[in-house]
Amino acid sequence: MTDLSELYQQVILDHNRNPRNFKRLDTANHRAEGNNPLCGDRIQLFVQVEGDTISDIGFQMPQGSGCAISKASASLMTDAVKRKPVAEAEAMFQAFRDMLAGGTNAPGKLAAFSGVRAFPSRIKCANLAWHALHAALQNSAEPVTTESARDF
Amino acid sequence: MLDTARIRPDFPILAQQENGHRLVYLDNAATSQKPRKVIDAIVHYYNFHNANVHRGAYALAVEATEAYEAARTAVGRFVNAWAREGVVFTRGTTESINLVAASYGRTNVRRGDTVVVTAMDHHSNIVPWQILCQEKGATLRMVEITEDARIDLSDFGRALESKPKIVAFPYVSNSLGTVNPAAQLSKLAHAAGAVTVVDGAQSTPHLRVDVQGLDCDFYALSGHKMLGPMGSGALIAKPALLDAMPPYHGGGEMIERVWDDRSTWNKIPHKFEGGTPNVEAAVGLGAAIAYLEQLGMERVSEHEQELARLAIERLTQIDGVTVYGPKGHRAGVVPFTYGDIHPHDLATILDRDGVCIRAGHHCTQPLMRRLGVAATARASFYIYNDVDDIDALVTAVRKAGELFGVLAS
Repeated sequence: MTDLSELYQQVILDHNRNPRNFKRLDTANHRAEGNNPLCGDRIQLFVQVEGDTISDIGFQMPQGSGCAISKASASLMTDAVKRKPVAEAEAMFQAFRDMLAGGTNAPGKLAAFSGVRAFPSRIKCANLAWHALHAALQNSAEPVTTESARDF
Repeated sequence: MLDTARIRPDFPILAQQENGHRLVYLDNAATSQKPRKVIDAIVHYYNFHNANVHRGAYALAVEATEAYEAARTAVGRFVNAWAREGVVFTRGTTESINLVAASYGRTNVRRGDTVVVTAMDHHSNIVPWQILCQEKGATLRMVEITEDARIDLSDFGRALESKPKIVAFPYVSNSLGTVNPAAQLSKLAHAAGAVTVVDGAQSTPHLRVDVQGLDCDFYALSGHKMLGPMGSGALIAKPALLDAMPPYHGGGEMIERVWDDRSTWNKIPHKFEGGTPNVEAAVGLGAAIAYLEQLGMERVSEHEQELARLAIERLTQIDGVTVYGPKGHRAGVVPFTYGDIHPHDLATILDRDGVCIRAGHHCTQPLMRRLGVAATARASFYIYNDVDDIDALVTAVRKAGELFGVLAS
């Protein structure tokens, strides 16, 4: 049995309470919406790409539509990819997915989500923001849903 | 209150542990657990009576048919159906409503007509009507709810002014626990010239249902929420309406004669039961009804209402907890939120203590929008729940508050 403190690590509770980059970027040149239709989690992601680099990023979740895991994941993701090359952000996405699928921990603070592995019903919450980022970087017009993502 | 110490041992699943704790199953509005008598009835059917129904000339086939038809009689009596022929077996409430929309709806709803539903309906009593209205160019009118989480009768009256062809509503709301005045709503709808479709998914398991007393036209129910097997359910309807309706699914059993290019239909209810039916589900549902009848539906209702009352009293003592739904009389459904903790986090935390609740939109997204919440947590009770379950619920909710350092809102 996994202890709850492994899921709700302090860094996750902190980012849930005080999400970073929690803002709308009206001028963003990439954006995407993420949807978890099973539980109603929704995210709007705004990404400003200049050259090969993510120069700024922000996200919003309509009132009450993000659980602690999805909100903290979005917050930590935006911190992790800000000012990073697009290719590096995509590599982090892969590392994050691999971690949740049972692989080794993702780098840095993203490892805080390793505890989600023991809670299969919450993996989609952790992945939601990353799927939205991937869609935004691909300039996908369709809202991404966790139900169409291939790794489930 | 029911004697839960005698009831609980009848449910094998309640003997097992969830995450090292006593299993506290409070998601009964989603599905109920099954007593040994229901499980045994299914096993017994396969061990001794299994054959295809309504066609074999041998004794075993006759036994299977008798078991299936006995279950139909039991379902009909349980809700005081108009006739045995007015009990159509389906996979559950969703299929029952889809049957009405596809058969009665397609035949009777035309361009410019109106179909009425309510803002507290489950998606299964909204989406089939959306599909029908889009196909026909008809209007779907959603009746609003009041501040006290009841159907707004003045808006219901306004909706009836459009002379709708069909009026659909839930007897009991799965998201709020509201018990609607179904007989009154049906009477008003009939006066406006509509037929009524009652979603009975949340009423049939929990209160004494009398469809003739309600005087609705169609009544849909699910077996799996009332101790029966998954995939069991029925549509209860006035036989004259069923007689006049075209078939839903074509296939074996539902026909009278088949020529190269056309067919004639079997009598009701068989006209609506194309293909080999789920006999085990019907037999299991019959056993579930026998179990409930033995307890008495009035006592079942009282038991759940008492648990809901106690749960609401104890939960609202926690600073930051908001309980949704009507004040006063309600079914054993308790939706709530706790400060700024998202219901999914609450459900995960409660699960660690063996407490199973539902979190989310409960398949009622239009209602959630009106409540101004993305999701709620929901505890729902049944015959095997007791005061210990409420203690476990309240203790686990308090624990979640400590973990998250709740900001009461």
